[in-house]
Amino acid sequence: MAEKAAEEAGTGKAPKPVHPAIELRGISKSFGPVKANRNIDLRVERGTIHGIIGENGAGKSTLMSILYGFYHADSGDILIGGKPVRITGSQEAIALGIGMVHQHFMLVHNFSVLENIILGAEGGNVLNSARTRARSELERLEREYDMHVDPDAIIEELPVGLQQRVEILKALYRGAEILILDEPTGVLTPAEADHLFRILEQLREQGKTIILITHKLREIMAITDNVSVMRRGEIVATRKTAETNVEQLAELMVGRRVLLRVDKGKASPGETKLSVQGLTVADSRRVTMVDAVTFDVRAGEIVGIAGVAGNGQSELLEAIAGIRRAKQGKVLLDGRPIGVTGPGDPAAMRDRGLAHVPEDRHHMGLVLPFEENENSILGYHTKQQYLNGPLLDIDAIRNDAKAKIEQYDIRPPDCRLKTANFSGGNQQKIVLAREMERDPSVLLIGQPTRGVDVGAIEFIHKRIIEMRDAGKAILLVSVELDEIRSLADRILVMFAGRIVGERTPEASEGELGLLMAGIQDGEGRTGGRAA
Amino acid sequence: MDLVIQVLDSTVRLSTPLLLAALAGLYSERSGVFDIGLEGKMLAGAFAAGAAAAVWGSPWIGLLAALAASLAMAVIHAFASITVRGNQIVSGVAINFVAAGLTALLGQSWFGMGGRTPPLSGGQRFNPITLPGAEALKDVPLIGPIYEGLISGHNILVYFAFLMVPVTWWVVFRTRFGLRLRAVGENPAAVDTAGISVTFLRYRAVIICGLLCGVAGAYLSTAFNAQFGQNMTAGKGFIALAALIFAKWKPLNVLGACLLFGFLEAAGIRLQGVALPMIGQVPVQLVQALPYILTVVLLAGFIGKAIPPKAGGVPYTKER
Repeated sequence: MAEKAAEEAGTGKAPKPVHPAIELRGISKSFGPVKANRNIDLRVERGTIHGIIGENGAGKSTLMSILYGFYHADSGDILIGGKPVRITGSQEAIALGIGMVHQHFMLVHNFSVLENIILGAEGGNVLNSARTRARSELERLEREYDMHVDPDAIIEELPVGLQQRVEILKALYRGAEILILDEPTGVLTPAEADHLFRILEQLREQGKTIILITHKLREIMAITDNVSVMRRGEIVATRKTAETNVEQLAELMVGRRVLLRVDKGKASPGETKLSVQGLTVADSRRVTMVDAVTFDVRAGEIVGIAGVAGNGQSELLEAIAGIRRAKQGKVLLDGRPIGVTGPGDPAAMRDRGLAHVPEDRHHMGLVLPFEENENSILGYHTKQQYLNGPLLDIDAIRNDAKAKIEQYDIRPPDCRLKTANFSGGNQQKIVLAREMERDPSVLLIGQPTRGVDVGAIEFIHKRIIEMRDAGKAILLVSVELDEIRSLADRILVMFAGRIVGERTPEASEGELGLLMAGIQDGEGRTGGRAA
Repeated sequence: MDLVIQVLDSTVRLSTPLLLAALAGLYSERSGVFDIGLEGKMLAGAFAAGAAAAVWGSPWIGLLAALAASLAMAVIHAFASITVRGNQIVSGVAINFVAAGLTALLGQSWFGMGGRTPPLSGGQRFNPITLPGAEALKDVPLIGPIYEGLISGHNILVYFAFLMVPVTWWVVFRTRFGLRLRAVGENPAAVDTAGISVTFLRYRAVIICGLLCGVAGAYLSTAFNAQFGQNMTAGKGFIALAALIFAKWKPLNVLGACLLFGFLEAAGIRLQGVALPMIGQVPVQLVQALPYILTVVLLAGFIGKAIPPKAGGVPYTKER
C-alpha cells in the first residue's frame, strides 16, 4: 500500500517508501491432500526480530522452506525489499541475502569450521585462496559480532552452542541480510540461549532482519518485536510483542484456552520405591557417562533430573530400565536388587512394575511402520490378555487400543493407522498410554514432551501428576528446565555424569542454570564449556 | 636382488588394475554412492577394449571402447541409485551379473572363440615404454636395476594409474569439487542447503568412477594380457573394494593397500612349485587364495574401525 501511495504522489517526489524486508502474499502449499500453508500473508519489517510461533505441523517450517527455496509455493508472491522474486532454489535465496539456520544443523560433522563455512561459497576451483580469504573474513565477522569460533576446529568436537554459531557465521559469510532461525534454542543451555539472544540483538542493531521460528512462548516474549501465530497452515494473528502476552499467544496457537501452569498439590511421599546406589555407567567408547550416582525415589513423588543433553541422563535412565549394562553400583526396586550390572532384561523389569517411557520414542518407544494397536501393546505382547493360545488375539488387542485412544484422546482415533502418520504429540500419548495403563509402581519418563504441542503438553503433564497422586514413584528426565521445575517435587541436577546438586522446584532458573553448566555453588568453579 | 626386483615389478603390474578400480570406487563412495559394481564395469571395459582393439587394431580405440562400455554401466548405476533412489547394492549386483553374462554372450556370438576375443599382437596392445636413460643407468649399482627393472618398462596405463594417486589426493582435498564431493558423502542436506545440486555432484562422481573402471578393464585385456578371457577380472573389483575400505577411503592409503594386495598376488605366483624350507611345497591353491584370505582377515578387524562416508548408500530425499 505504501507503494501505491508513493506512485500516486509520483510527481511530487514523495519520500521514498520503506519496503518491508520480506513480504509474502497469498502463499499456499499442499503436499498431496494436506494443505501445509493456506493463503499466507506476512510482512517482516527491516531491522526487526519477527517471531513465528505455532504448534508442530502448523506449517512454520514449510513456510520458511518456501522462503529459502527448498520448496516451491503452489501459489502466491514473495517480495524481498519490495521487489517480487522467484526463489527456485537455495542458491537464489542466498543470492537474495536470505540465510537460514536449520533446526538440525546443516554442517558436515568431520569438516573443519572453515571448510563448512566456505562450502558452496568457495569462489574458485582451487581451495587455497578461498581458505585464506575466508579466514580473514571470519576474523572480521567474529570481531564485529563477538562470536569467537576456532576456524580449524572439527565440527563434531564442538559443543552444540558453537556449532550453531558456525551456522550463523555461515549465513553472514554469504552476506545474509535476512536470517531465519528454526527452533534455535532446542539444544542450548539457558546460558547459551541467552548468548544467542545477545547475538541476535546485535545483528538487529546492525540492521539485519531476523525471523525466529519457535514453539517456546517465553522466547517470543523475550526477544521479538513482532510475532505471527500460525495454526493449521494459516497465520491466525500478527501482533506487536509488546502488546500481547503469553496467555493470549497460547490461546491463538491452540485455538482454545490453555492452562500453562501445572496445577498440583503438595506431594505426600511414602516409602522408597526405587533406590539407586553408586551407579556408574560407561558408553560404548568406555567413557564414563554416569559417575557413582546415588538417589532415591519414593512413592507419590516426582524426582526430576535436570541437565543439558548429553550429561549422562540418558545413560542413567537406560541403565535403570535394563537397556544398558552398568559398570558398577546397585539399583533396588521395592527393596530388592535388580541386576543392573548383568545383561539387562527390560521385560523382567516390566514384570516387576517398572515402566519406562524412553527419551527417543522413534528409536526406542515405537516401531513407526506398525499400526497403532500393535505399538500400543509392544513389550506387553506376551501378556495372557493379548494371547489366544500361541497366537495374538487381534480383537482383544484392538479393543484395548481403542480404549486407550479414547482415554488419552489420541488423534486421529484410528487404531489401524500406521504409527508414523500420527503427530509427535499423539505418538507420545501412545507410548504413555501403553506404559501408564500397566499400573506400574515405578515410572521412568524421558523427555515426555519433546516435540509435543502445547495442547498435548498440558494433557501429558496432567497425567503425570495424576500418576504421582495415585502413589507412583516417578523419575523424570527432561532437558526442558521449565518442565522439570513445574512437575518435579525434587530436582537433581546432572553435570558430566554426576549429580551436582539437589534443589527444590522453587530454586531460581539462574541457580539451576549455573548448576547445569557445571558451576558449583559459591566457588565459581567452572567445570564445563559454558558460553 | 634380481628376484626382489622381479617380484616388485610384478607387484606393480598386478596392483595397477586394483589401484584404478579402488580409486574409481573412492570417487563414487566419497560422494555417498556405494559401488559393488566395480567388478562388472571393469569386466565390461576389458571386453570392449579386447574386442575393439582386435577389430580395429589399435589399443587406443580399445581404450575408448572400454571407457564407453564402463561409462554406460556407471550411468545406469547412477540413474538407479541417484535419480530413482533405488538400492545401491542391488543395482551394483545387477551390473556385475549383466556384465558377466553379456561379455560371454557377445564374445561368443561375435568371435566364436568360447567367449574370448582374438589374441592381440604387436601394436594392437599397450606395450612397455622404456624410460629415457634406462639403458644408460642399467649398470649403476642399486639405482640401475631399480630404475631399469622396476620403474622403467611398463606400459602407459601403469604410469597413468600411479599418477592418478596424487591427482586424486589433490582433487579430493584441494579443490572445490573435492570439498563438495566429501561433503555430499557425509551430509547431502548441508550441500543442498548451500545451494549445490546433490544429484549433479553425485552423477559426476559416479561418471569418474565409470571412466576409471574402464581404464582398469582396458589394462587387463590390452596391456596386462593380450586378449579378453571370460570372467578375466576374477574378483579384482571386489579386492579393490576391500582395498578401498582397508584404506579408509583415502587416496594415499589406497596406494599402500593396492600394493599390498598386488604384492601378495605376485608372491603367490612366485611361490608356486617352490619348496619352502621347513614347510615343503605349498599347494598352489593355498598360495593363490592368499590375497582373498588376507582380505577377510584385514577387514575382519585388523584395521580398526573403518568409518565409511556417513551418507553412503542412502539416496538423498529432500526433507524439511
